[in-house]
Amino acid sequence: MTKKIKNLNLNFGPQHPAAHGVLRLILELDGEVVEKADPHIGLLHRGTEKLIENKTYMQAVPYFDRLDYVAPMNQEHAFALAIEKILGIDVPIRAQFIRVMFCEIGRILSHILNVTTQALDVGALTPSLWGFEERETLMTFYERASGSRLHANYFRAGGVHQDLPVGLERDIAKFCETFPKVINDLENLLTDNRIFKQRNVDIGIVTKEDALDYSFSGVMIRGSGVPWDLRKSQPYDCYDQLEFKIPIGKNGDCYDRYLCRIEEMRESVFIIKQCLAKMEKGPIKTFDGKISPPSKKEIKQSMEALIHHFKLFTEGYRVPKDEIYTAVEAPKGEFGVYLISDGSSKPYKCKIRAPGFSHLQSMDYLIKGHMLADVPAVLGSLDIVFGEVDR
Amino acid sequence: MKSLIDLEKKINSELTTKINKTKIKHNQIYIEIDKEDLIDVLLFVKTNKDAKFRQLIDITVVDYPEEAQRFKIVYLLLSHEFNQRIVLSYSINEKEVISSITSIFPSANWMEREVFDMYGVNFKDHPDLRRILTDYGFEGHPLRKDFPLTGHIESRYSEEQKKVINEPVKLEQNYRNFDYESPWEGTKYIKEQVSTDDKKN
Repeated sequence: MTKKIKNLNLNFGPQHPAAHGVLRLILELDGEVVEKADPHIGLLHRGTEKLIENKTYMQAVPYFDRLDYVAPMNQEHAFALAIEKILGIDVPIRAQFIRVMFCEIGRILSHILNVTTQALDVGALTPSLWGFEERETLMTFYERASGSRLHANYFRAGGVHQDLPVGLERDIAKFCETFPKVINDLENLLTDNRIFKQRNVDIGIVTKEDALDYSFSGVMIRGSGVPWDLRKSQPYDCYDQLEFKIPIGKNGDCYDRYLCRIEEMRESVFIIKQCLAKMEKGPIKTFDGKISPPSKKEIKQSMEALIHHFKLFTEGYRVPKDEIYTAVEAPKGEFGVYLISDGSSKPYKCKIRAPGFSHLQSMDYLIKGHMLADVPAVLGSLDIVFGEVDR
Repeated sequence: MKSLIDLEKKINSELTTKINKTKIKHNQIYIEIDKEDLIDVLLFVKTNKDAKFRQLIDITVVDYPEEAQRFKIVYLLLSHEFNQRIVLSYSINEKEVISSITSIFPSANWMEREVFDMYGVNFKDHPDLRRILTDYGFEGHPLRKDFPLTGHIESRYSEEQKKVINEPVKLEQNYRNFDYESPWEGTKYIKEQVSTDDKKN
């Protein structure tokens, strides 16, 4: 007598803590082996691109904070660069260093979150407690510069909104001295940890070819041994004046990606130190009165400045008709903005290229043949944040 | 190819009949093609040893509702080998079906689903063409220019029926889109006027 065996369909999420947000993953299981994974996304879809089309360029900036909400300023950077390239304006050098410094702070923020939550997913609680303390410090830096811990709204086309407050540079320098020790502590907990290695080594292997075919970028492609980093290959702002190394993985598994992230944090600290050393006093945004608003002092004294201020915050600045794609190396990979302007003060179209979108797409390919327990490990090392996947 | 200019020449000479227009701008090549030549052009830029555009960055659509060829389909490609980017585009009208490129770039799968979801462009030979970002049972294509910003349907929990229900959007106040466009063009305008006045005097 034969008995028919049916595969089990299992809903993973959208309320599962290891789903890193609102992922609904429909798994087809044969015993404990995953046969097929079908991610259902869009539960956090807010129509960002549609909203941006209806806002002026300056009003659109905060939407970028809400994409990858663990590293907000990196996204703003891509948008600011796109507008700057179309307008053809130069950014003062101090502003460039401030922006790069905060992008690297964002990278550390994102990597701490990812490394520690991945450890949490595979059973280690302590790293997240240690890591989140540092994230708190970093978010205080965000707050002191921009007034807000998460949704900074700090970068502008042509520079940044305001100069750093007194003492912030000193405190960031102090952080750079103490933070490497925390990275070492995290590594002590995880890198040679038997359980952590059992859960991550040889799990979710991505070959070089597949990394290219599936449009991987960032740590996902570097973990597989492709030396590709937009900060090096297509430097933007002042990255070409800074020294840093690009860590590359060998096997393309979850463990290599973890090691890459740890190493990138060290490099980020190194970049921040260089930025602090090279930063000189000076203007923090372009002087072009058509784009950046006048100072408070000028508004009080000059009628023309008052008019400027009014027009900049109602109509906004106009951007000539053009079409451009700019990308930055966000912590998760290549974050791009495809911007079409039509000469008015609102973008005609703003397509956001989120790295997590193409990474999550490969979930089926990555998880096929793995055990159910590997799903959180693979998902964790993909570094998914639903703000940017769903947009 | 080492430089973008060489690459542009190469593409133009090898694919003469298939390329409508090329242009170098912002360190990228913008290529306009016809809908029918998409697969050929993509295969060429992906496999040719001087191009090697191995990675598809994104697929998107630009909607121009007032034109007959309403949708402009855009493909963004990246070559790691030569560190170059190209932007491939062609226009279609609302009813046309275009061919899927999932067999060339596996990553096109979700990107095409997104295009289908957001703009309602249909793909031929796509393995799994479903909506992706919008809700189950959603109607309409939100990124089309004629889709209102506030949408058509709103959801709420109904205490009587004890479930989430969908209703047509009711707004206390209509969405207001102020027209700020004015002849104001910043300092230059004022400066020019001042300088012409100076000349007159």
